[in-house]
Amino acid sequence: MLTIKNLQAKVADKQILNGIDLKVNAGEVHAIMGPNGSGKSTLASVLAGREDYEVTHGEVDFQGKNLLELEPEDRAREGIFMAFQYPVEIPGVSTINFMKTALNQIREYRGLQALDAVSFLQLMKEKMKLVEIDQSLLSRSLNEGFSGGEKKRNEIFQMAMLEPKLAILDETDSGLDIDALRIVANGVNTLRNKNNATIVVTHYQRLLEYIVPDYVHVLYKGKIVKSGGKELALELEAKGYDWIKNEVAIA
Amino acid sequence: MSTTVTRDIKNEIAVAFHQSKFDVANDYRKSAFAFFEKTGLPGAKQEEYRFTPLTKNLEKNFDWNTNVSTSSTNSIDEFLIPDLDANILVFVNGIYSTSNSKIISPESEVKFKTLSDAFKSDSATIASYLDKVLTPESDPFAAMNSAFWQEGLFIHVPENTNVAKPVFILHLNDATEGQVISQTKILGIVEKGSQLSVVEKFDSMGSHPVFHNFSEEWIVKEKSHLEYCKIQNDAGKSYQVANTVIHQSDKSLLNTFTLTLNGQLVRNNLSIIIAGDNCESHFYGLYLLSGDTLADNHTVVDHKKPNSFSNEMYKGIMDGNSKGVFNGKIFVRPHAQKTNAFQSNRNILVSDSATVNTKPQLEIWADDVKCSHGCTSGQLDEEALFYLRSRGISATIAKAMLLYAFASEVLAPIQNETLKSYLDNLIAERLHKNF
Repeated sequence: MLTIKNLQAKVADKQILNGIDLKVNAGEVHAIMGPNGSGKSTLASVLAGREDYEVTHGEVDFQGKNLLELEPEDRAREGIFMAFQYPVEIPGVSTINFMKTALNQIREYRGLQALDAVSFLQLMKEKMKLVEIDQSLLSRSLNEGFSGGEKKRNEIFQMAMLEPKLAILDETDSGLDIDALRIVANGVNTLRNKNNATIVVTHYQRLLEYIVPDYVHVLYKGKIVKSGGKELALELEAKGYDWIKNEVAIA
Repeated sequence: MSTTVTRDIKNEIAVAFHQSKFDVANDYRKSAFAFFEKTGLPGAKQEEYRFTPLTKNLEKNFDWNTNVSTSSTNSIDEFLIPDLDANILVFVNGIYSTSNSKIISPESEVKFKTLSDAFKSDSATIASYLDKVLTPESDPFAAMNSAFWQEGLFIHVPENTNVAKPVFILHLNDATEGQVISQTKILGIVEKGSQLSVVEKFDSMGSHPVFHNFSEEWIVKEKSHLEYCKIQNDAGKSYQVANTVIHQSDKSLLNTFTLTLNGQLVRNNLSIIIAGDNCESHFYGLYLLSGDTLADNHTVVDHKKPNSFSNEMYKGIMDGNSKGVFNGKIFVRPHAQKTNAFQSNRNILVSDSATVNTKPQLEIWADDVKCSHGCTSGQLDEEALFYLRSRGISATIAKAMLLYAFASEVLAPIQNETLKSYLDNLIAERLHKNF
């Protein structure tokens, strides 16, 4: 589904990604872990198409398309979804209207008819249950005055609505208490199937107790320095990132 | 040595004044004109008109010696607000149009007279109020209006009366056949304990230039309530000056809303005089500009008495080569203690060549007051734009959504649902079309 080859990127004049190689197949969950400043969020942002980042080298193929050539909206329409680490507050735009516009723009891109009001409401109600979010919250201005947990639940609600092929969760666990974490993880797990894939970007192993990955990759200084199964996350938790840093230093 | 011949527009206006024959208000006109002759039109260096080259434009585009253009338009329907159940009063090229107007409220609720008629029927009231809160001395265009006004309206709501139907006043200038200079004037009095809602709309048609010099005075007495909405949607080559003064007495409530969408140059002088205790005044403004439009909002709120509250929120979106100007003065007089006065002016520049000049001016002489002001101008929030786009929304629609959200906040307080949804559509359509 997604093939990243030797991806290098910088922001302003600072080189952050130094040659990432990664292959994600349908049905898989990949965790990207790493210490602060290793480039985890940059990788997520580059895939989603954030314009502050300049790709200096490498390729990203998403289902046969050159992802790096697509505008952010076209990436979303092709099936990429990034749950933001810091969801943006947008006064005056309700989540409901926002989702209606987004969903119908994606449907239009795929040659489908716009959803009528009734079908949209039905779909919304169904997805709301998944993340235990209340309709009154969705009628309010997007994320404005939402608690940290509400913002993250809203991200997963949006993901449920748009049903992406590849979901990228950027530090979705940051700022979540244990109940919110469980709700968010439950939403993600319910949405998993053999046709879609998930990349979980996280600093801590905690989230991976709830969203169990097939593969774990450790990012350090803009490169994947170690890959393994879910047990790698536990090892990291036990030994700390210094273990990886030392290994890299020795190599 | 060569000399450049410049037009002496002041002299042309003087000639026009002395050749005009007016039916009423000759004393008012003479004294106002005497003042106008003394000051003339504001020059480029005049602080109050620094960003707004009105005089230059009047010199360039208007001939003061031609007769008033007539209008042959038959239908004004396209300029009305659909389904707004209101008293309709129409001015075409500065003249009251009886055939296009329709009064539905009983005279016991509200009395309408043309200003010329009111000079005869309500002379004592006119003498007490006309040109008193908006004085000719306060502004050269106010002086010009008091000297030249062609026609106007006198609106009078008696005590303890809720005027059930709003008042819709259309100012249409038809420059199909030639330039139009129209000068109109309104005096409105809302007596004690009464309620009135007024919607004023300014439109123009035709390709010749239009200059509309408009003055109005509103007297809002004790415990009364005025809702006032101004919609400026003039076409291409129209120049407008609107001097509005609203005078509030004890415990009165005021909501004003000023929407500027179009025209070549619009200058609004809106002054609220809070001359009573425990008053509440909200004034909202929105200017959505594109092309070469210049919109200049000069507002004044003058707290003369204690315990009142004023809140001003003006927002602007500038595209193309448009220019926005905002100047907000707040005066809190020495004994206006316990005043709460808030002001904000926020601007978004959509294009690189659009500009805005914004200036708050607070003059506070009382010590126990709460006042705040804030001005911002900038581009759309890139992070918000990316967020919307990352969900599959095109850049164009994402921008329109953000701009619409920014603008529509100003509409929220409007009570009349028909009016609100009309304005909402006007804004939505406008933002989708242009952005």
